[in-house]
Amino acid sequence: MKRPDLEAKISNFLSPLVIAGAGGFLVVIALLPKIAEMIRTQLQSALSPTWASVVNIALGVGATVFLLAQLPIFLIWFERKVAAHVQDRLGPMRVGWHGVLQSFADGIKLLFKEDIIPEGADRPLFRIAPVLVIMGAFAAFAVVPWGHGLIISDLNIGLLYIVAITSLGAIGILMAGWASNNKYSLYGGMRSAAQLVAYEIPTALVILVVVIQVGSLSLQDVIASQSDGLWGENRWLLTRMYGLNLIAFVIFFICGLAETNRNPFDIPEAESELVAGFHTEYSGMRFAFFFLAEYGAMWLVAGVAAILFLGGWVGPYFSGPLVFFLKTLFLVFVQMWLRWTLPRLRVDQLLALCWKYLIPITLAVLVAVAGLSVQAS
Amino acid sequence: MGIATTARVYKDLEPDSAYAFKPEDLEDDEMILNMGPQHPSTHGVLRIELKTDGEIVKDARPHIGYLHRNFEKHAENIDYQGVIPFTDRMDYVASMANSLTYALTVEKLMAIEVGERVKSIRVLVSELQRIASHLLAIGTYGMDIGAFTPFLHCFREREKILDLFEWLCGARLLYNFNWVGGVSHDLPEGWTDKVLQFLSEFEPVIDELDDLLSLNKIFTDRTATVGIIPPDLAVAYALSGPNLRGSGIKWDVRREDPYCGYEKYDFEIPVGQGRYGPIGSCWDRYYVRVEEMRQSVRILHQALDKLPAEGDVHEKVPKRVKPNPGEAYARTETPRGELAYFIVSDGGLIPYRVKGRSPCFVSMSIFHEIARGEMIADIIAIIGSLDIVLGEIDR
Amino acid sequence: MSLKAGEIQARLEAKFPGTIVLAQLEAIDPFLVVDQGALLEMGLSLRDDPELAFDTLHCLSAVDYLKEDRIEIVYHLSSLKHRHWIVLKVHLPRVDPKIPTVEKIWPTANWHEREAYDLFGVVFSGHSDPRRIFLPDDWAGHPMRKDWVWPEEWHGIAVKPGKQFAERASEGETLGVGPFD
Repeated sequence: MKRPDLEAKISNFLSPLVIAGAGGFLVVIALLPKIAEMIRTQLQSALSPTWASVVNIALGVGATVFLLAQLPIFLIWFERKVAAHVQDRLGPMRVGWHGVLQSFADGIKLLFKEDIIPEGADRPLFRIAPVLVIMGAFAAFAVVPWGHGLIISDLNIGLLYIVAITSLGAIGILMAGWASNNKYSLYGGMRSAAQLVAYEIPTALVILVVVIQVGSLSLQDVIASQSDGLWGENRWLLTRMYGLNLIAFVIFFICGLAETNRNPFDIPEAESELVAGFHTEYSGMRFAFFFLAEYGAMWLVAGVAAILFLGGWVGPYFSGPLVFFLKTLFLVFVQMWLRWTLPRLRVDQLLALCWKYLIPITLAVLVAVAGLSVQAS
Repeated sequence: MGIATTARVYKDLEPDSAYAFKPEDLEDDEMILNMGPQHPSTHGVLRIELKTDGEIVKDARPHIGYLHRNFEKHAENIDYQGVIPFTDRMDYVASMANSLTYALTVEKLMAIEVGERVKSIRVLVSELQRIASHLLAIGTYGMDIGAFTPFLHCFREREKILDLFEWLCGARLLYNFNWVGGVSHDLPEGWTDKVLQFLSEFEPVIDELDDLLSLNKIFTDRTATVGIIPPDLAVAYALSGPNLRGSGIKWDVRREDPYCGYEKYDFEIPVGQGRYGPIGSCWDRYYVRVEEMRQSVRILHQALDKLPAEGDVHEKVPKRVKPNPGEAYARTETPRGELAYFIVSDGGLIPYRVKGRSPCFVSMSIFHEIARGEMIADIIAIIGSLDIVLGEIDR
Repeated sequence: MSLKAGEIQARLEAKFPGTIVLAQLEAIDPFLVVDQGALLEMGLSLRDDPELAFDTLHCLSAVDYLKEDRIEIVYHLSSLKHRHWIVLKVHLPRVDPKIPTVEKIWPTANWHEREAYDLFGVVFSGHSDPRRIFLPDDWAGHPMRKDWVWPEEWHGIAVKPGKQFAERASEGETLGVGPFD
């Protein structure tokens, strides 16, 4: 079908730019250690130590925020393509070369949408809810390491911090459900609160499994204890402990899916039952916030799983941020794959799965790993 | 509720009795929740009023009539052949079945016996329509439960059938194909080969559907313990088709009261067996539909073999449909159950009374019995398993 | 064991003598016109008698005969066990038609009777939910009656349609011409 001229011109002009931008992005990520080293030496030679570290951290925060703003653009396109190919169709093809401009188009559309707040809604809560949800997802990236020394703040309680901050999302969702003055949203919010609170327990227990083997809550230490790659004394945690860690990894992944409200656990936003669950009444940029928070949380769960069990930025052959990026991308792809394959669990089945199956299994794994660790030392 | 338009033209549209449950009668934790009429999963404009206690439904009351076009009144103003497009629009998902039933009723009234080729063509087209309708039912049911992918796989296959129908009679969804005394078009050159090609591509898809959806543990957990219809309740509420067979009763009009030569075809009647839960669950009804698709493929192969080469499809079509005064009642097995038409003729060119007994109307009336005590997510599963089409309920 | 219409009629006459007003066994679908007062007992007997076993009310329709000044309620009964059919009819006056409900015998009659009330105005005494089913609850009139007049509007929405076939035929237009004339 012949496309109108202007549309074709814009597409032919912007698509190569976007693809080149993505490529450049990957190059920057691959070369990130060298760039960071250069910046660090420059700052240390130019400013006093305190100021140097302040500027360093500020740049780190800026880079992380920039990355987290760009990632959903790519992830939305990626999800739509994965969904399409799983469903035996092509996905976005018209907006840019193979649909690469689709996320930009959607973002611009959302910016222009009318901001509707329902009549009986609780206005302050309605406005704060998306902010809390996005905070819960993005603030956790402060302790996620991208490479050796490429971390905003290497807290020695890093894992505890992540678990605590992601709980904020639950409050945000509950607020959104209540403040919308809509029975469907209320259902979505209630279900989500129950689900998130329940699934934090197996998450924390699995993190304990890792902490027992590593001896520290800091994420850089977790990676340092997997520094040998796939073979050796300090190999990836996934391959240790005779398969117990594999069980722990699978459980962590399942809990991560539940924490981010992804299918098969997307009861709170169950499209076919509750229209759109807790974000039914949100439109425009507020809805975009929930969307961004979901992709950010997806990336966080995948990233933390990669760090805890797959060695983070330590790869089998070469190390660096690119390795971390690829591992996380693969786990995100698995999350999307599961979403478009499996049906949805009903809320009582979901909670039964957590309380009756996951927690006992995780406790058993914890006891076994603790026993094996004591025996080894 | 009410219609929020910017210029409020319609004066006070909401009478008090639009709600069956009154807020005064509610107990402490209960809530009245309206599902529909605009809702992603209620298969049309259906409104269900739920009285819920948390997630559990205490009582459910369906409200229908949002798609009521009073087709029966229209039928009293149009000649007999002209009613056929109206019957198409009753169950718009399986229109061949509706027009076939109507044509059979008028032929019973006028004692017309159609030729063998017309019968074979009618069987071919009915079974293809059955497959297409079940594909839609299965796909949308999966989507309601949360599995988005089988929907698209099913619709891919359904597209092929709709392309076949478009080649045959020019329309994709509402065909005006079965006429009184014959069919509207004869099969084009090469159509039967295309059908054979479609069947060979289609059989692996049903097996793939088993792996992807039917035997998936999450799906069976969601559906096999929900919406149990005991056999005696099913018979008391006059259910038919997959809804009745899902409760274990082996009753198929094509076998009991054959029409269009169905007695010559060899096929099995799948019945719910309670594989993952009690007999009569949503899963049983759903799986009866999957198995029926397999049997339809079998019938199609036999019909293609038995298709007579010669025969004029317009041979018995009367120039003027003018039955003698009398009444007739005929039923067929549509994908949704037993559809029947009751036609009263006063001897003129225009029917005196046409009543369509639609299977979905009857299926929906059992809803309040089986919805009590289930959760909201199960309500969606139950509606999907009853496979309703609002055009047929509301007529 | 499948019974013929004549045998069913004989059994019913034996149990309820004098209630069958008319029997038309040579029609395409043989029917029996019964008395309204005997309807409930006859229905129970039809359902519970092991040789008759009419467990399914397949369809309950109402037909409005304007010229003969009556409304007929037609019951199509079928038996899953014995595979036989019978059609019962009850004649009602057009003005204020009342008939006992059979929903206690065949629960499926619930919605069918609501439809008959909605479209024809037949009141089913003893019905558990005597509301309109298709039309809005404050709609005036019963549309399927032959002498029903289209209202001009409802709540400010224009309702009356254009000319229908019957009107055009009475004005002399040739209708009912098939595609091969």
